[in-house]
Amino acid sequence: MISALKPLRLGFIPLMDAAIPIVAARKGFAAAHGIDLRLVRETSWANIRDRLAIGHLDAAHLLAPMPVAAALGLAPLDTPLIAPMALGAGGNAITFSADLTNALREAGIVRFPAEPSALGRALRAVIEARVAARKERLIFGVVHPYSAHNYELRYWLAASGIDPDCDIEIAILPPPFMPDALASRKIDGFCVGEPWNSVACRHSGGAIVLTKSAIWRASPEKVLALREDWPDERPGDLAALLQAMLDAAFWCEDAANRTELVQMLSASDMLDQPPEVLLPSLDGTLDGPGRFLTYATGMANFPWKSDAEWFLGQMRRWGQIGPGQGDPAGVRAAFRPDLLREALLARGVSAPLADDRPAAAEGGAGLIVPGTLGDVRLPRFGFFDAGC
Amino acid sequence: MSPDLSILILDENRIRAAIIETGLREAGHTRVSIVSDMNGIVRRIAETAPDVIVIDLENPNRDQLEHVLQMSRVVERPIAMFVDRSDTEMMASAIEAGVSAYVVDGLRQDRVKPILDMAIARFNAYSRLKSELEDTRRALEDRKVIDRAKAILIRTRGLTEDEAHHLLRRTAMQQSARMGDVARALVASAELLLGEKSTGDEP
Repeated sequence: MISALKPLRLGFIPLMDAAIPIVAARKGFAAAHGIDLRLVRETSWANIRDRLAIGHLDAAHLLAPMPVAAALGLAPLDTPLIAPMALGAGGNAITFSADLTNALREAGIVRFPAEPSALGRALRAVIEARVAARKERLIFGVVHPYSAHNYELRYWLAASGIDPDCDIEIAILPPPFMPDALASRKIDGFCVGEPWNSVACRHSGGAIVLTKSAIWRASPEKVLALREDWPDERPGDLAALLQAMLDAAFWCEDAANRTELVQMLSASDMLDQPPEVLLPSLDGTLDGPGRFLTYATGMANFPWKSDAEWFLGQMRRWGQIGPGQGDPAGVRAAFRPDLLREALLARGVSAPLADDRPAAAEGGAGLIVPGTLGDVRLPRFGFFDAGC
Repeated sequence: MSPDLSILILDENRIRAAIIETGLREAGHTRVSIVSDMNGIVRRIAETAPDVIVIDLENPNRDQLEHVLQMSRVVERPIAMFVDRSDTEMMASAIEAGVSAYVVDGLRQDRVKPILDMAIARFNAYSRLKSELEDTRRALEDRKVIDRAKAILIRTRGLTEDEAHHLLRRTAMQQSARMGDVARALVASAELLLGEKSTGDEP
């Protein structure tokens, strides 16, 4: 029986949003679809990206902007990548040090996680006071230049009148290093995926001041990344892998499985963290239940082409590419909602017919959009400042 | 090839870094520096103005390094690359060996290739060294446990040492297992069944 399974190697970074591939491997979903899914824990996003490109890995838990960067020739290897599935929505937060959190309290923020606009105003006041007192610039950590963390932190700062390139400094650190860096005052805050915010709060006295879901609701974060030749070269493997991952996604979303999920993720060869720091991202502590991090509901697995284009826009906005550089059609091609739509159809699940996220529903509970098997209900999207 | 390029080795493993450094120096490179700590990396890059940075692939600070290189105003426009984007074979062997190199844009491939070749060779040499060490350690452990197993067989079945040795070897061959593993299983079973706490010494 073992010999009949097809071995596939999948790289991941220890994060809550690595749950879908971990569950697919550990709960037997992959095996049920004929795949021997071998998980490889990696130490850097650069490594996963390069190992995937060169063929050491067959698939990867990857930062959503990375296939976009690959399409733009910003990666060391010119291997085009595709994202046929998002590995959930949300999951990040911004954590500040105890000192900075106290300064924000003095500036009038009474409750954390806070509301983005008010927190932005308070942070701006803190920064202005620091400039007046000739103090050093605050340093905030993110995990990679081409990460949703980097873009959402910059988006929020800029919308709050803080220039992320002049008024503060942005440093790059691997996710598991963030708590120590914060505790040792090398950085004043960071934007990273869970559980590293909860881990930092536990050890450093810092606080989770803002969630990704408060900046941009149901927003893209990690994707399942494959080399571009998969759909043509290994269509059978692709179909099987997507079904296994979708099985895992729905399983992760089911609150009845939460205890088992947390146990599985806390294993020493997975996230290697105690269950209690893994829970806050799932049980509604950070931002109402089902809002902070969703594994499947609200089309959380749908890789909207407009998200790829949004990342392109951010790369241009922050000078990672030149003003005229970057072909929107090229980056849109990296996100493959068509493949997910087909996989969902095979399960009898209706998926949106559109490739792009619909415009934000103002104030409403959600949106109804036409789908392959009837109408699909989408959650509320949109940015805190109604920008885009 | 002029050997006056500035080369920075970023490796938390000081022994491996030293092995690479020696190799590069033997090849005539005089401007070789080692950094094993990411603290102050920006300053070190400014000081050494490297043309090539060699980094251990498993180093979790690769993401940070890429950012530093992107942001760095020291070098005109550094880009991360594996020598030549088209040289897939070279990249594959580099990744296989666990090494990656960042090369300042504009540096010709024929100048960089020997450096990366050297780094790859040295990385492989280090891995071999490590696995040889492990093999030696395992062989030593095997010998000890085989001696204990033989002692048990001699005592419980009245075999000679030669017969005990042959029995272990034959069993290993039949099970297509290593002799050390068969011996280990036997010692473990003996401990369970006979309450043996054999140290390999004759009683």
